[in-house]
Amino acid sequence: MTAHTPPIPRTAGPRPSRSALAVFGERVLENLIRLSGVSAIFFVLAIFFFVFREAAPVLVSDSFSLKQFLFSVEWYPTSDINVRYGILGLIVGTACVSGLAVLIAVPFSLGSAIFIGEFCGPRLREGLKVVIELLAAIPSVVWGFIGLTVMSRVIVAVTGAPVGVNVLNGGIILALMCVPIITSIAEDALKAVPDSYREAALALGATRWQTVYRVLLPAAKTGLLAAVLLGVGRAVGETMAVLMATGHAVHIPSSLFDSVRTLTANIAAELGEASVASEHYRVLFLTGVLLFLITFVINLTADLVVRGVRRER
Amino acid sequence: MAAEFVPPVDPATRFGETVAGRRHRRTEALVRGVFLSMAVAMVLPLLLLVTYLIVKAAPALSLEFLLDVPRRGMRAGGIWPALVGTVYLVLGALVVSAPIGVMAAIYLKEYARDNAFHRAVNMAVINLAGVPSIVHALFGLGAFVYAARFGYSIISASLTLAIMTLPVIITSTREALNAVPQAFREACWNVGATRWQTIRGVVLPNSISGILTGVILEVSRTAGETAPIMFTGAVFFKAVQRGDLLPYGLNDQAMALSMHLYTLSTQVPDVPEALPYATAVVLLGTVLTMNALAIVVRFWLRTRKKW
Amino acid sequence: MADVRTVVARDLRLAYGAREILHGVSFEIARNEIFGVIGPAQSGKTSLLRCLNRTIDFVSGATMSGTLQFEGEDVRKVRDVFALRRRIGTVAPLPVGLPLSIYDNVAFAPRCAGVHRTSDLDPIVEKCLRQAALWDEVKDRLASLGTALSGGQQQRLTIARALSHQPEVLCLDEFSIAIDPVTTMRIEDVLRELRSEITIVLVTNLVQQARRLADRTMFLWNGEIIELDATEAIFSEQPKDRRTYEYVHGIFG
Repeated sequence: MTAHTPPIPRTAGPRPSRSALAVFGERVLENLIRLSGVSAIFFVLAIFFFVFREAAPVLVSDSFSLKQFLFSVEWYPTSDINVRYGILGLIVGTACVSGLAVLIAVPFSLGSAIFIGEFCGPRLREGLKVVIELLAAIPSVVWGFIGLTVMSRVIVAVTGAPVGVNVLNGGIILALMCVPIITSIAEDALKAVPDSYREAALALGATRWQTVYRVLLPAAKTGLLAAVLLGVGRAVGETMAVLMATGHAVHIPSSLFDSVRTLTANIAAELGEASVASEHYRVLFLTGVLLFLITFVINLTADLVVRGVRRER
Repeated sequence: MAAEFVPPVDPATRFGETVAGRRHRRTEALVRGVFLSMAVAMVLPLLLLVTYLIVKAAPALSLEFLLDVPRRGMRAGGIWPALVGTVYLVLGALVVSAPIGVMAAIYLKEYARDNAFHRAVNMAVINLAGVPSIVHALFGLGAFVYAARFGYSIISASLTLAIMTLPVIITSTREALNAVPQAFREACWNVGATRWQTIRGVVLPNSISGILTGVILEVSRTAGETAPIMFTGAVFFKAVQRGDLLPYGLNDQAMALSMHLYTLSTQVPDVPEALPYATAVVLLGTVLTMNALAIVVRFWLRTRKKW
Repeated sequence: MADVRTVVARDLRLAYGAREILHGVSFEIARNEIFGVIGPAQSGKTSLLRCLNRTIDFVSGATMSGTLQFEGEDVRKVRDVFALRRRIGTVAPLPVGLPLSIYDNVAFAPRCAGVHRTSDLDPIVEKCLRQAALWDEVKDRLASLGTALSGGQQQRLTIARALSHQPEVLCLDEFSIAIDPVTTMRIEDVLRELRSEITIVLVTNLVQQARRLADRTMFLWNGEIIELDATEAIFSEQPKDRRTYEYVHGIFG
């Protein structure tokens, strides 16, 4: 079959082409899409810019000391004689409540993630995942309300504490709020461990629990760490729930039953009363800048770890 | 004649019970029980709390409660202006964030090459999702209320909410787009379709349900937010007609369900107990219903797959 | 008789990042011939097709150098890459029915090209389905989903789709890998008929398929052309390269 038939003329007639309007419209749309695509970077930068903008003047003012801001416990923004802006009490408050929340949430979340991933039948799994999603959907103000009314009564009744809105209350409520996110990321981390690990362990005669304990948990540990970090990020950034559940005292708490206030709640509580562009107002914005930076770092770290886990999938 | 073969181990015990086996089974059962109870520990509070809230709210829950305006300094009456206000804010946020969010997700999945810049964009989306709600409030205050001079208004509050919930839409749209097999896109490219023609012809029609889920989730999230609107447009009280469907202008401040719950439970003394509980139940009910709707949509779309 | 050359490659190199896939291949394809490309897996056969219709653009990190011309034009410098892809039809190994109706599957490419009137689309759909030997089976259910067809039918649907934009060259990349022998035979008949109208580039793992269909065959291995000759020569007892003999007769590969 080496003889070639003589070349025939190419496609008869002109090829169809798209209307100029269609081509133009498509180009406009694609540019809009590109613009939207990079908007996230723009918004993150904008958030930092506008918050910093309101806070900046106070950094260069003579009466304000950054050192006192960060390291003093004395927060008296409305004093007539001696105005002081020390947020150390707030920082410790945030640390205590978030720390307690994560401490409570992690065992339950990990346990649930392990149960859902390894010990559970498919129907129950779907059901539990739905419940977790619904738990995650509860608005923070409702959680705050629960803390203020239900939980505070329970705490007073069970522990005899003088006041029901305190570190313990905030910790429990925040824990309930963090559980969904820690559970779902932990579940992803466990799922990312290849099935071959499980099969190899079972082939060696391990029970399900031994497989989990000796093989899966060590293999998934970076993903589990990321889950905890994201939970911490959520806890630190929460506003309304802690505003309503932890009370109003700006100090370093000496016990679980002390009222306390977090960085986030403080801004929410006092912003309404600070007159615009006053020093108090600007210091609150500065607290916002600090919060932005803290959660930025936590989320960045967690994201770098999570992306490593998800890519392995 | 060969000697009879005697197996080295007594066949009766080969696959039978061993001491170690029994111990392992007990541990296994114990562990399973522990983890099950941990999972239950999550379900139970949810059920108990919802029940408790409904019980406490029952005296005040009624159609009147939904339609009536607050009276006697919010110690009586209903929540109508807050309900309508929430609808305004949610719709306002949706109108802005849905198109931007969907287009952003389309860009990230269909157009973006894998390079450092786009990894940064991805990280920006994650970080946007992690910004505390009070920082969003500060941003809204600085950017929309003051810099853009919209003042305290529904516009400022809606825009603040829009940026806050953008990541929700971006993430669910991306999941929906990822679910469309790459083979379809390649088949389209092979016949000379442009990226947009591929998206419009094959990818988008098959992602709509996933995008819809994202929109529902966004609505639910927006309805529950308090801090971002507290300082940008939500207000303690606004005089409004009972049952009025369009009581607010875009430049007005508005009451909102989430804000109202906060107000009732912390700023108003001597409120009859049932009132804040009823407000909480309405808010929670709305949010949970929408989430349940999103879950149903997701299940439904699993059955309708075209491939 | 002058063979008009439709595809010309000179020292074509392709690399994915640092790894070179094609190490400077040069060949020519004449119009209206069936050009077979054989070789073991991972030899660069699919990458070659991707370079031709520029879908290599979608692979991040891929760099092409050397010359690759289609009808005298360098493929990397065409004004409209979408028009290029419409002049070169491509059929992938796995059958892909788009999640659209059968009609819309075949009408997809003409619509992208700017043909929208049903009166123009109907004849195109029918002609392409007939050419792909699928018309009789689906003519009564053109509105049903393309993804609901069997594998063999979907592959013929893909061919109908590839023909719907009037290509001058049809590239088939191991088209029979996932379909039954009967359908394969039918498609091979289709290719023999199409030959009078278009050029066909047949990349295949099945050497016997190349033997049945191709006029000339190129043996590509590890990104290099081992031998390119008339099919009879490749499959004879004395091809120019010993490795050709060994591959064709199953001694390796």
